[in-house]
Formats: sequence, C-alpha cells, structure tokens
Amino acid sequence: MNDVTRQFRDFFVSLKLTIVLLALSIILIFAATLDQVNLGIWAVQQKYFHSLFVLWRVGDIPVPVFPGGYLIGGFLLVNLISAQVYRFKFTAKKSGIWLTHVGLIILLIGELLTGLWQEEFALRLDEGQSKNYSESYRFNELAITETTDAAFDDVVVIPEKILARGEAIQHAKLPFRVVLKIYFPNAALASRDEPATGAPPAPATPATKGIGLQATATPLPLTYKQDERNAPAAYVELVGAEGSLGTWLVSADPRFPPQRFDYAGRTWKIAFRFERSYKPFSLTLLKFSNDLYPGTDIPKNYSSRIRLNTPDGRDDREVLIYMNNPLRYAGLTFYQASFDGPKTTILQVVRNPSWLLPYIACALMTLGLLVQFGIHLVAFIARRRQAASAAV
Amino acid sequence: MKKFIPLIVLALGALYLGGKLREPTLYAPYDAEANFTKKAKSAYDLAAFGRLPVLANGRLKPFDTVARNSLLLLQGRQTVTSPSGLKTTPNEWLLDVFFQPAIADAYKTFEIVHPDVLALFELKAEDGDGNKRFSYTQLTKKLPELERQARLAGPVDSAVRTSFQRAVTQLYGALVHYQRLKHTLAPPTTDDFLAELLRFQKMIPEGVAAVRAKAAGQPHDAEIAKAMIELGQRYVFMSEASNFLAIPPTAETNDDAAWQTTGQSLIGSFQRGTVDSSVLAYAGLGYAWRQHQPEQFNKILELYRAQIARRFATQLKKADAEVRFNAAEPFYVSMSLYVLAFLLAIFSWLKWPDTLARSAFYLVGLAWIATTAGILTRMWLEGRPPVTNLYSSALFVGWGSVGLCLVLEAIYKNAIGSVAAGLTGFATLLIAHHLSLGGDTLEMMRAVLDSNFWLATHVVIVSTGYAATFLAGFLAIIFVLRGGLTRSLDKATADALARMVYGIVCFATLFSFVGTVLGGIWADQSWGRFWGWDPKENGALIIVLWNALILHARWGGLVKARGLMALAIFGNIVTSWSWFGTNMLGVGLHSYGFTDAAFVALSLFVLSQIALIVLALRPLAKWRSFKAA
Repeated sequence: MNDVTRQFRDFFVSLKLTIVLLALSIILIFAATLDQVNLGIWAVQQKYFHSLFVLWRVGDIPVPVFPGGYLIGGFLLVNLISAQVYRFKFTAKKSGIWLTHVGLIILLIGELLTGLWQEEFALRLDEGQSKNYSESYRFNELAITETTDAAFDDVVVIPEKILARGEAIQHAKLPFRVVLKIYFPNAALASRDEPATGAPPAPATPATKGIGLQATATPLPLTYKQDERNAPAAYVELVGAEGSLGTWLVSADPRFPPQRFDYAGRTWKIAFRFERSYKPFSLTLLKFSNDLYPGTDIPKNYSSRIRLNTPDGRDDREVLIYMNNPLRYAGLTFYQASFDGPKTTILQVVRNPSWLLPYIACALMTLGLLVQFGIHLVAFIARRRQAASAAV
Repeated sequence: MKKFIPLIVLALGALYLGGKLREPTLYAPYDAEANFTKKAKSAYDLAAFGRLPVLANGRLKPFDTVARNSLLLLQGRQTVTSPSGLKTTPNEWLLDVFFQPAIADAYKTFEIVHPDVLALFELKAEDGDGNKRFSYTQLTKKLPELERQARLAGPVDSAVRTSFQRAVTQLYGALVHYQRLKHTLAPPTTDDFLAELLRFQKMIPEGVAAVRAKAAGQPHDAEIAKAMIELGQRYVFMSEASNFLAIPPTAETNDDAAWQTTGQSLIGSFQRGTVDSSVLAYAGLGYAWRQHQPEQFNKILELYRAQIARRFATQLKKADAEVRFNAAEPFYVSMSLYVLAFLLAIFSWLKWPDTLARSAFYLVGLAWIATTAGILTRMWLEGRPPVTNLYSSALFVGWGSVGLCLVLEAIYKNAIGSVAAGLTGFATLLIAHHLSLGGDTLEMMRAVLDSNFWLATHVVIVSTGYAATFLAGFLAIIFVLRGGLTRSLDKATADALARMVYGIVCFATLFSFVGTVLGGIWADQSWGRFWGWDPKENGALIIVLWNALILHARWGGLVKARGLMALAIFGNIVTSWSWFGTNMLGVGLHSYGFTDAAFVALSLFVLSQIALIVLALRPLAKWRSFKAA
C-alpha cells in the first residue's frame, strides 16, 4: 500500500472523523429544527437531510454552505465500515461495540432508503363517500378526462411540473394540444366582479370558457406552513386542428369543480387537482367520530369506521382507524391524521417499503449498548471489590 | 454524640414529612400578622366542602383542587387574604366566589406586573396587595378596554406576541376564568338562589303548560309564560358561562360524560318537572354561607355527600386522596429537604465529612421517598404512567436524577452524590413549580398521545435519559467549581468524579438511545413512519449523538478529565434545548407544552453553562486544586 492510499485509509478509519461527523450532524439537525418554523417539515427534510449539501441562494446561484444529510450520513457509513474492517478485531470484549456499529450501519441505510422510497398521501373522505385513490400533499396534476362513454373514463394527466414548463403538450389520446397561458404556483380565487378583500383588482383574464368567465385567480406567495398547502391555478388553452377551443381557468383549490366541454362529438372534463395515486381497492367512510372529554374542548379520540373492499370481492370488511391504531393494508399504512368538520375524515397514507430495517437496527444497537456497558459495569464492580479487599 | 447526629437529622426530617400527612386543620380567617394564638378552627366544615367532586377539564376533581388551581392561575400562588386583610383558605375564597361574589370581587387575587397593563387600568403598583395583586373591583372600570386589547392580541401567533400582548391575554384569560367560576353554582346577580329555585320548582307544571299553549297560539297565562321563558334564558346563559360540570348524573350511572353544569340540569328541569337535588343542595349551601349558618352548612354537606356516596364511592375516595395530596405538598416539602441536604453535603467537604455526608444522604433519601410517593399518587389519580406533560416530566427527570445520585453516593460515600442530588432535585422541582402555574397539572391526554403503553415506555425511558445527561453535566459542574475555585478537590476525588461522569454518560447514552428508538417505533406503529424530523425527535436525537460524541472522544483519548467535564456541561445545554427549547418553537407533534416566559430562563441557563465550560477549559495552572504540593 502506498502512502497516499494509506493516508486516505487512515482518514476514513479515524475516530477523529467520527467525532467531526457527529458534531456536524448535531449542527445540521439543530439548524434544520430552527428552520422548520420558516420552511415547514417537508421542505426542511429536502433541504437539510435528503441532500448532499445545504444550499443557500445568493441571488440566483445556489451556494453549498454545509454538508447535507446524505453527505454526512454517507461519510459516517464509510467511516463506520472502514473502522470495522481495519481498526477493530472482533473480540468478546468488543462484541457490544460491534453489534452497535452494525446496527447503526443498517439504520443509516434504512434512513437512506426511507428518504428515497417513502411516499405520503392524504385521503379525504366524507361520510358515505368511496374512493379508490389517495392524493398527494404537495403535487398537483392537470387531468383531462374523456367521459363520452358512460361505462368508463379515459384520463390523461399532466403533472404540474411538466405543465409549468409552459411548452405546448400534445398527447396521443387527445385530439388537441394543451397550451399553458398563465400559471400561478399558489393563487387565490375570487369572483370577477368582487375581487377578494385586500387583493389587488383582478387582472384582465384570458379565460374564454367555463368558470373563468366569472372567476379570476390572483397569485399568492408560496406557503410553507405545515397545515396549509399551495393551490396553484392556471389559464390553459386547448388548441385543436381547426384552431382554439377556448381558454379555461383551472385551480387545484378543492372547491373548484371540474369543467365539462364538448369537442368533435366527444365529451371531456378538465380539472387541476391534487396528484392522485390509485389503489386496487376502495375505502368508504361509514362514520367519523370525534369524542371530546366531557365539558371540555380537549379531543379524546378521533376514529373513522371504514369499509374496505376490492373489486374482485376477495376483501370486503369493516375496519376502525383511530389514533395510535392505523390500518395496514397492501403495503400502505392509513392513519387518522385530521378531520374537517363533523363528517369528514382525513387519513394519511404512507408507503414505506423499508419499514423493517429500523426495527432490526435498533434491536441490534440496544443489545450492543447493553452488552458493552454491561461489560464496563462488571469490570468496574470487580475493580472496586478488589480495592475494597486490598484495603482490608 | 457525633455518631447520632445523622440519625437525629433523619428523625427530624421524618417528623417534618409525617406532620404534613396529618389531616389538615382549616382555620377560620385570622390576622396572620397579629399573632398565631388567634387561630381557631373554622365553624364551617371547609375540609368536607373541599373534598366534594366536580368534573372540570374532563376530570373529576375535588373543589380543593379547583380552588388551588384557580388561585395559581389568577395570582401565581395559593395563599389568599380576605378583603379585610385576614389570612384565609382557598376553599373559603372559592365559596365567596360562588355565593358572595360582591365580597369575592374585593379579594386582591389578580396579579398584574406589566407596567403597561397597570397603566391601562390607571393603577399604580402601590394600589395592589404586595405591589402586584389587585381586586376585580379595581379592574371593573376598564374591563371593556382590556377586552379590546385582548381581541387585538388574539389573532397574533402566540410565538410572536409582545410582552404586553402576552400579559393582556393572560389577564383576560384569568378574568374569564373568574367570571365563569361565578356563574358555576348560582347566578351572581341573585340574592337568594334557593328561594328562586323553590319558586321555579312550584311553577314548572303550570309554566310549561302556559309556554306550550303560547307556542300553539292558544289562550294562556301570559305572565307565567313570560317568567318561564325568562328563567329558561337565564339558565341557558348560566350553562354557557359555567366553568365546570358540578351536577352529578341523576340516572343510575357513574359515567363521566353524564355530568352536567348547573344550568344544563336546570334546563332539564323543564322536562323533568323537578329541580335536581344536587342543584338544590348547592343552592342550600350558598344560602347557609350567605346567612352565616355553619350548622346548616355542615348539615347540607353531610346529606349531599351521603346522597352521592352510594354511586361514586371510588370517585370520592380519589377526591379525598387528592385533597390529602394537595395538603401534604410532597414536592414542596422535598424542595426544602433537598436544599438542606445540599448545604449539609457541601459543609461535609469542610468539616465532619462522615457525619454531615451521612446526614445529607439520609435527607436526600427522605426527599426522594416523598417525591416517589407524590409521583405514585399522581399516577394513581390519573391512571397514567408518570410522565404525561411537561410538568410531570420535570418531576420525573428530578426523581430519576436523584435516584442515580443515591446509587452514586451509596458507592462512593464522598457527598458528591448528595450535592448533585440536592442541586438537581431542587432545580427540577423549582422548574416544576413554575410549570404548575398554568392550571391543573393532572391534564387529560390529547388524543394523539393517548397510549398508556408508549407513555410508559418511550416517555419514561427518554426522560430517564434526560435525567442522566443532566446529572452528568451537574457532576461535571461540581468538578469544575470545586477543582477550579477551591483547593478541596484531591486526586482521588477527582478521579472518582471522572469515573462517575463517564458511567453516567454511558447510562445516559443507553437510555436516551433506547427511548428515542421507542419513540420512533411508536411513530411507526401509529403513523406508519419511523422518523419524521419533528423538533422534539430531533432534540432527543441530538442528545444521543452528543452522548455518543462524548464517549468516542474519551475512548479515542481525545479528551482527558477536564475535556470530559466541558463536554458533559455542554450536555446540559443540549438537554435543556431538547426538553424546553423545542417546545418554544411551537411547531410539530410534540409542541404540547408551549412555555414562552421560560425563554429568558433558558437563555440565562445556557449562558451560565457556557461560562462554566470556559472555566473548565482554563489551563491547569489556573486551577486552585491539583497544584503540585
């Protein structure tokens, strides 16, 4: 081994690197915690933890100012593994440290996979309503649905990200192009005649069809609050072979309904909506209950009685989802996240294929720490015994 | 003789504790300054009144607790002085609030310290009792202005309120609480509620018929119908303005959800045709209290208790125990014992090392037993694991830390464990005391946290981790102060301290890690995700990482004793951030204990710890101990 490789190896094996990485991770987590007040939990995770570098914008240029979670975690992983390989010999005395470090390696890998794979959606149900999809918390899509045949819908969805690029979109299933005219990442809606209080007077709008004739959208600053979401709006023109079909105002605000139009003897609906994730089963809210402690406004329990069924009829049963008791089904976890009024439940739906890794990792680490400190303790007691008998 | 001193100290401490357990005597109002001989037992059976249960904030609790917590909320202390300057009891004050509001209005029970709020009321500090407590009467004139200010402050996020807005909101909350108390058992505007109820009871059949006839457009006695409707409106208002549910269910049930406010019960009377006997009993108590008829007062109490005793045997037992618990003040008593133990242990380093150290050890043991009993009682009353909110976490962190100190002291017998126990025990109880000013500390668990299993495992273990990390830091402080500022730290003691800190850091690493992991498992079990980067989770993780860093630094030989001490003291900052700082952010699942006034205290604590770290890092030549002899 030449000097450079040895130095290289020594750097990655060293305990000093471990300590520096631990200190860096503490600073990173602390900064991320403080920034949550401004950015909200999701943006903070992207900025600090699921990144190689924490970037600050100087003007328009992102400047890396601090190593991000992936970088620190990656170094820590390399440091751990190489220390394990080069520095430690496995002995009974070190078995606790071994177990702890192996557990930590699994934990770090698990966190990386979670960061890459975990998905979260919301499922909002009114009593009596059935849904076979959940909706994204952050992403939206423009959906153009052909409803000509009453038996089925034919849907074309354009993710907000692609729509926002502003290029004309031509899809094989659509006999027209989708052209974005104006796009607001977050917008407020108002009646055309009476603009929302405090908002500047509505600008002249290019809408020529649908609700846009009565309503306008005005841009709002992006929100990062945990209990709010951005509701983008757009003016979209559909252009067929013979020219424009018209320009529609669409908004992802859930109160904004889909708009129907006819073209070439076929019927479509156009809607800007929260991005959907369809499931091979459907959930029906039978009853939502919100119990308070008597004589107070303190919530005691929220629960949703749900009917779960699959189209093939293999599963058809009632389940009760309440606080600390989620439904786990088809690799998804449905938990009682919130509610809206007395008859509407909001479930959070989480998909996390690597959920088992933290359990294994933590069991190993706990065992490792117990063994290692147990060894210390036994040695300490033995030494004191010796000292005591020597004193006598 | 010296041999017996520790035992005598132990006996005196035990006597002090035992004295607190006796049935408390409630005295009639007396002039505290004149002399103590004038104390006479009250002719009213105030204790029996204090033991009656009501349903407040979702929990059945005795009037005694309601009275004490209300006073804490209003003025930050439980002692109360009557308008004529006589020392009186919380129960007596509460009875006046219920039944003689005009007199209650003159009690100086509203604490105002903010100068701008005083200016709002055109009051000067000198107008108040103790320069800060004012009566409702003094505030009446400017109430509309206060209400306006409170409405202005209302929409402001509590994290960014100015001190004036905070003071206004707090005072407004206190006044609302007080007004609601006044409407709980009887309308404050009536002179004789009992007579009104008896008249009402007689009138019900006729009255209801008249109102029905009126609604149907048939001939009716207009006067009776009108009186009936007015009474109905009056009771609806009472029910809405009421503070808690005082009337036990009429049916044969002891379900908490069936308790009613006085107003609700009276509205029910329109259908039932009779006034509930509990409502009448309270009206009767009010009458006797106003008319100064202690025999009648005591008689009604006795009858009322007998009437509910059959159905609420267990609830009454709990309420009785809670009153005992309130009077015994185990945490307050322990605080004084901890101070005493701390002083004795410090002095043991100067003189009589064995005698004083042993005395201190005994006192710490006594105080620890008292806090253990207190925590167990709270657990029994609440039916919950020990830590359910920020207040109980302070109790538990102190308890855990003192428990570890007892172990250390039993091993090393050098009084260091007792000094650390006195310090951490006192400090955590002081923190707990300040946290208790917000109202009842036995709160109902919000739905998100309602899981006894996880409260018993995750929360308890993580709190133990906090306790151990703090203890390591406090032991390090003892090392730095004693070694840096006195000559008393010899080599053997210094080595022992270094071993203690190391051992406690190991313990802290284990518990904070396991506790944090269990939190993750709770999150995964309940919400389908193991880790959410919530502020409190991050805080716990930082503690784990910090402890791991200390251990690696020591194992790698990067730090020696003094470096270890400096790192352990920084652990105090890390832990206090996780414990309280994260709650001040006001975001996330765990932000259940928002404590804005504590921010200054936290900052000062952090600064003091930084100063100690600087002290720890001075070159060895500047230390007064360890100088080459």
